[in-house]
Amino acid sequence: MQLTETLDIQAIRADFPILNQEINGRKLVYFDNAATTQKPTSVIETITHYYNFDNANIHRGIHTLAERATRDFEASREAIRDFLGASSIEEIIFTSGTTQGINLVASTFGRKFIKEGDEIIISGMEHHSNIVPWQMLCEENGIKLKVIPVTDLGELDMEAYANMLSEKVKLVSVNHVSNSLGTINPVKEIIDLAHSFGAKVLIDGAQATSHLNIDVQALDADFYVFSAHKLYGPTGIGVLYGKKDILNAMPPYMGGGEMIKDVTFEKTTYNELPYKFEAGTPNIADVVALKTALEYIAFHGKENIAAHEDMLLQYATEQLSEIEGLKIIGQAKEKISVVSFVMDGIHHQDIGVLLDNQGVAVRTGHHCTQPLMQRFNILGTSRASFAVYNTVEEIDRLVAGLHKVKKMLL
Amino acid sequence: MTINESQDEIIEEFELFDDWADKYEYIIDLGKKLKGLPEEQKTEDNIIKGCQSRVWLNARKEDESLVFEADSEAIIVKGLVNMLIRVLSGHTPQEIAKADLYFMEKIGMSQHLAQTRSNGLASMVKQMKNYAIAYSLKN
Repeated sequence: MQLTETLDIQAIRADFPILNQEINGRKLVYFDNAATTQKPTSVIETITHYYNFDNANIHRGIHTLAERATRDFEASREAIRDFLGASSIEEIIFTSGTTQGINLVASTFGRKFIKEGDEIIISGMEHHSNIVPWQMLCEENGIKLKVIPVTDLGELDMEAYANMLSEKVKLVSVNHVSNSLGTINPVKEIIDLAHSFGAKVLIDGAQATSHLNIDVQALDADFYVFSAHKLYGPTGIGVLYGKKDILNAMPPYMGGGEMIKDVTFEKTTYNELPYKFEAGTPNIADVVALKTALEYIAFHGKENIAAHEDMLLQYATEQLSEIEGLKIIGQAKEKISVVSFVMDGIHHQDIGVLLDNQGVAVRTGHHCTQPLMQRFNILGTSRASFAVYNTVEEIDRLVAGLHKVKKMLL
Repeated sequence: MTINESQDEIIEEFELFDDWADKYEYIIDLGKKLKGLPEEQKTEDNIIKGCQSRVWLNARKEDESLVFEADSEAIIVKGLVNMLIRVLSGHTPQEIAKADLYFMEKIGMSQHLAQTRSNGLASMVKQMKNYAIAYSLKN
């Protein structure tokens, strides 16, 4: 098997202290990266440094610590603007994660601009977090929810999508990459088609940002959401990108401190973007550490990381396909490093338990995509998802582990 | 045999195993041996939903004792269910209601009752107890 020439994977592994441990007597193999990635030392150190030296509440303090905390917090916003290719920091809203980003758009843009008789389009491979907020909105306001079907290979049926579009559609909300299947969706085409009918588009980038280069302006996305913890950053922080004119037209989400300009008991005026959507004290330390995570990715180069992950995906797909009775769910032409599979006569929970006993961490279940599991007529899958620190040898451990599972169960 | 005698017997059986694979092979075997439930009894009323796997539980009164039958689609859960039935089934509702289930921890399987597994097993134990409480109140 070829090695990735440009990256020193062993040196990268040394950046992730958590990997250096034994689980059930075996060296940990962490293949649950689509759920959350591990954090490099630099990210962990940024958080401890912040609390050790810089902690203060941001924006309103005039003392030195408040200035430092504010400077680092806003520097992170600028780094994210650059990471997404957005034109202005006003378009970068901090959230608690992808889920909150979607809920924010549903509650504000949705309530104001989508009316009874209108339609929203999602896809059949969405995470529950990109289904339920729209269902709630649809139920409340008499809006129709339409679903783009998924093909047997695990790709979106683009012809069906094109036929669904009409002037009634006000919003299309789809993922960039499927968390269960790894499919990379043709979001540029999806956006262009939607725009030709005047519909806005939200892209759920939770699974995309650690693997693909994102350029929200080139995509012409109206909204783009993601979570920090899936790209080597901390949990509890995420980003909503929105086009400035749309964000300006939207009512605020939560009321409170920071999001106001002036408050009297008669009338409150709201703050400018992006603060209008950032009520309350934010998760400052983790925002600051998100910048460190982006720097970590930039240091190694996203293309290099993607090349390494593609190699792992290809190797894993080949090796797993050779296991008799194993079927890979999601065989799209364009995929990130996620392999979801089922095994004849074996329940995914048993696979998960027996792999864990061999020190291999995979995710099992419906991956918060129950409608997609129903589409494939399965209860769930086992999913191995790879990150920059994973190796070919670890995939060999997974394959050996699965042979052992088969031997024990069949 | 009392509930605790059954638990102690299981703990003793597990002392024979020195590696994880032997232990799990035994549980898998117990899972295969559990009769389970006929399809028509795997109803919505009997289901205990978990994120990972489903468990079905049936309880009925036979004379003074409460008899459990259960099933699951995951074989390891089924093996653990087999042991829970062996320990609890056939005892009076009062005995079941106040039983302290310590054997799962002693045999190193307590993680299967933990919240993260979300496999319905922990809910099944709760449900067995609920049946017992309900039946003991009836009497």
